[in-house]
Amino acid sequence: MSNQIDRQMVERVALLARLELSESEIAQFSTQLSGIVDYIEKINTLDTDRIEPLAHCLPVHNVLRQDEPLSSLSNEAALANAPEQIEGYFKVPKILDDNSGA
Amino acid sequence: MSELLTALELRDAIAAKTLSSTEAVRDCLGRIEKYDPELGAYLLTFTEKAMQDAETVDRKIAAGQPVGPLAGVPIAVKDNLCTTFGTTTCGSKILERFAAPFNAHVIERLLAADAVIIGKTNLDEFAMGSSTENSALRKTVNPWDASRVPGGSSGGSAAAVAAGLCAAALGSDTGGSIRQPASFCGVTGLKPTYGRVSRYGLVAYGSSLDQIGPLTRNAADAALLMNIIAGHDPRDSTSVSDVMAKKPDYLAELNQPINALKIAVVPELIAGAEPRIRTAIENALKVYQSLGAERVEITMPHFDYAIAAYYVIATAEASSNLARFDGVHYGHRSAEAGNYIEVYSKSRDEAFGPEVKRRIMLGTFALSSGYYDAYYLKALKVRNLIRQDFVKAFEKADCLMLPVSPTTAFKIGEKTDDPLQMYLADVYTIAVNLAGLPGLSVPCGFDEENLPIGLQIITDAFTEDKLLRIGQMYQNATDWHKQRPEL
Repeated sequence: MSNQIDRQMVERVALLARLELSESEIAQFSTQLSGIVDYIEKINTLDTDRIEPLAHCLPVHNVLRQDEPLSSLSNEAALANAPEQIEGYFKVPKILDDNSGA
Repeated sequence: MSELLTALELRDAIAAKTLSSTEAVRDCLGRIEKYDPELGAYLLTFTEKAMQDAETVDRKIAAGQPVGPLAGVPIAVKDNLCTTFGTTTCGSKILERFAAPFNAHVIERLLAADAVIIGKTNLDEFAMGSSTENSALRKTVNPWDASRVPGGSSGGSAAAVAAGLCAAALGSDTGGSIRQPASFCGVTGLKPTYGRVSRYGLVAYGSSLDQIGPLTRNAADAALLMNIIAGHDPRDSTSVSDVMAKKPDYLAELNQPINALKIAVVPELIAGAEPRIRTAIENALKVYQSLGAERVEITMPHFDYAIAAYYVIATAEASSNLARFDGVHYGHRSAEAGNYIEVYSKSRDEAFGPEVKRRIMLGTFALSSGYYDAYYLKALKVRNLIRQDFVKAFEKADCLMLPVSPTTAFKIGEKTDDPLQMYLADVYTIAVNLAGLPGLSVPCGFDEENLPIGLQIITDAFTEDKLLRIGQMYQNATDWHKQRPEL
């Protein structure tokens, strides 16, 4: 089976991944990802009907601790690397437009 | 002179006051100043802090105060380990000025052991790569041949250890990123069992695969570092408790050989490597046989599917982990972004390198609606088949031996245009991460161009003590690990 990761597919995935790709990146990824996915396709030749998926190799699940408050980063430390901040908050462009009401 | 000593020898010399930490650290910084402009192993060195830390250790020793098990020894750490001093860049433009607000667990452990952290080493961006060529910040060359790559992604750590620019280093291994550069640079590298070393403060790439481990001059130094970095940490929920897997003293029985050692080999896997590597591996097996080991031939029917499964699982996890780089909380923000969507998408496009974008795209594709079952879920099932191959192998033998890499260090630029060829270079290392097992790379010879060759030894989960003893048996009988490059 040959996979064509075409331009449309690259654009769809890039939107999901929040990557604004350039024209040349779209063309390059279309070719490269098609080749890689063709290679990956070999896993579909194996019979895995009676095999459980293995997400990780440890026999541990739902590791819990006592519900006790512990120290955490100060507001100042948490914001220290922020590209933009305002009055102790992360600053981002407006998300709702003026007419969206509420 | 002090650059010729192992970490263990250096520690003992400092403790015995035959050498001061100040001298050792000054030597090390001097060598970095002399050789690193060409080698490019470091992204950052802590010149002043390292000298101050060394003086503190010397003062404590002079005053007869107790010191930690790595007191005064210069150690390098891969730059995807968070430190509150200096930057933590992951070799990426997106984190070029990032100053972490906390130390990684392993950094805390090194500092508690009185180690002197001398600098942060170069890597493929976010540890994605096999040559360190994907670093957006610096080029690292192989100390044995400057026209060749050091391997990756822990290429800076491997080059620094090989060139004597630190006594030992830490790296991380998601698909071979400790073992392969160790092999390319002629040093010893250990990828511990998943869960043995806390990943707290390691910038995540593939969370179910990532593991921190040592790159050192020999197996004894790897044991010394494991004594310091291994053990439970409640801040990483996959870090195992002593109840589940007790942490041994890795140095205690290191020199005791394993009696009647049974070594599994897969002839087809050895046959897949370059001729000089095949010969070196066969010779290493003969050394073990001369020490009383028995060779058992086995098959690993699903080994050949490891790369395909890995590049689904690792990239799926990466696409999720790297969603945190949003141009809001830390890291680069595009100056061109108009609305909030563009804050994400333009910031990420501007500051991630091509390999990181490729893996985010691949992982997002594998997790997307309509493809999840065919790729992601399928890959997890194949992962289980690969683990079962190892379970069967360890019913017949104590360990599995195979090459680390099908080739020795390749030329800079040789594989950069063809990502799939670069991925295929990880053929021997990736299955170990999928199965969560420990793997050790030890130098076992040189090819006709005087480039180091590595032997990979794999044992069952949480048996690093046994794995290191198997490595030590070989290093007690050979001197490949003592060879040093001429700089």
